[in-house]
Amino acid sequence: MSEELLKVLKAAGLDILSCMHCGTCTGSCPSGRHTGLNTRRIIRDARKNRATVLSDDALWLCTTCYTCQERCPRGIPITDAILELRRLAVREGFMLPEHRLVSKMVLECGHAVPLDEETKKKREELGLDPIPETVQKYPEALEGLKILLKTCKFDELVAEK
Amino acid sequence: MEKLSLFLGCIVPNRYPGIEKATKLCLQKLEVDASDLPGASCCPAPGVFKSFDKATWLALASRNIVLSEKMERDILTVCNGCYGSLADANIELKKDPEMKARTNTCLKEIGMEFKGTTEVRHIIEFLYKEFGPEKLKGFITTPLDLRVALHYGCHLIKPSKERNLGETEAPEFFDELVEATGAKSVDYTDKMMCCGAGGGVRSGHAAESLEMLEHKLACIRNAKVDCIVNACPFCHLQFDKGQLAVNEKFGTDYSIPVLHYSQLLGLALGFSPDELGIEQNAVQNIEFLAKIYEISAGLKSTTQC
Repeated sequence: MSEELLKVLKAAGLDILSCMHCGTCTGSCPSGRHTGLNTRRIIRDARKNRATVLSDDALWLCTTCYTCQERCPRGIPITDAILELRRLAVREGFMLPEHRLVSKMVLECGHAVPLDEETKKKREELGLDPIPETVQKYPEALEGLKILLKTCKFDELVAEK
Repeated sequence: MEKLSLFLGCIVPNRYPGIEKATKLCLQKLEVDASDLPGASCCPAPGVFKSFDKATWLALASRNIVLSEKMERDILTVCNGCYGSLADANIELKKDPEMKARTNTCLKEIGMEFKGTTEVRHIIEFLYKEFGPEKLKGFITTPLDLRVALHYGCHLIKPSKERNLGETEAPEFFDELVEATGAKSVDYTDKMMCCGAGGGVRSGHAAESLEMLEHKLACIRNAKVDCIVNACPFCHLQFDKGQLAVNEKFGTDYSIPVLHYSQLLGLALGFSPDELGIEQNAVQNIEFLAKIYEISAGLKSTTQC
């Protein structure tokens, strides 16, 4: 996989080779100010085909705010490249348990954040139908959504390896 | 298309129904033709699902778009995350025939086809472009004497390449919509900074997410505002529920009320705080509630800004 990193990024239209390591990305990063995320290092590691970039937990500290991408003087799609690296990491089995749980919610209910009893009451207080007009109200729509997720093999991808 | 379908996403209907109610009331008052979008699912959330698998992200997003295509309506979102997923997926699928063909192969399994006949709108972008602050002022019956810390959020304006909403360092269009209600949009340090929730950070790295939020809250408190206004229920949840978590973690005593723009506009259009679900927030600031009830009842002079 490591040897393929640059090629995969380039195939996805994400060329990071023009990076001159100016550090604007790291300096602009709202997460990096408070966490271990060093965007420039991630781009450097990806450029050097270091497989460790995929197992690096820092990859998951990016809030995808796109500030680095907007400010990059070389116009490198940095955030999009981080998203691609994350997808490669997931395929290698690197996924946080909390993210597997969010995926399970969508697989089961069609929502990352499903309805709960407290919110049903709040909806009634407001004069809204306790069950919103989403996939939660229509069993046949939920069934279709589940077929779609299975077609994409999403259940297999996020299953505990 | 002048007709819209209201895309709810997850957090609005399932955690903050006040935003759903407020949006519906505002759209009615502004005479915007917006229907429900029955059977819609998670957008799916860009920070997580786009980070896991692109084919799945496109399949779920396109399914939601197709539901609206069938109704011959453009999609209206009230969430930056939903906007990020639906608008970006819509653009990518319209531009890339190969990607569209691959996605349609998946959709065929459930008898659907993405045609590319609809647009994705965000309520702020929609109000700014279709109404504009001046026209909106004509609808205001209850000018709001409030100092507001506006939080744009990230995916409303970024990535900027396809958004057509101008530059991202110091945008003004959303401030203009806030000020159309009579409120004052107060500048504050790191106004354009992320709330810290996106990208799966809130779910995957809660402690770090709260550190970012605490910084943002400290900046907002220094600006001495009445409330925070956002246009994204995930930012809303982070500011509201997250604020209580910050207080617990850092021993702080933040009590800054949080309103979605639909709720702020709803107040200015004459709806009362209880109709807009403002009291259903986790943050309970009695002083603020008293203030907006006074404004709502017309007891407070709105001329002393």
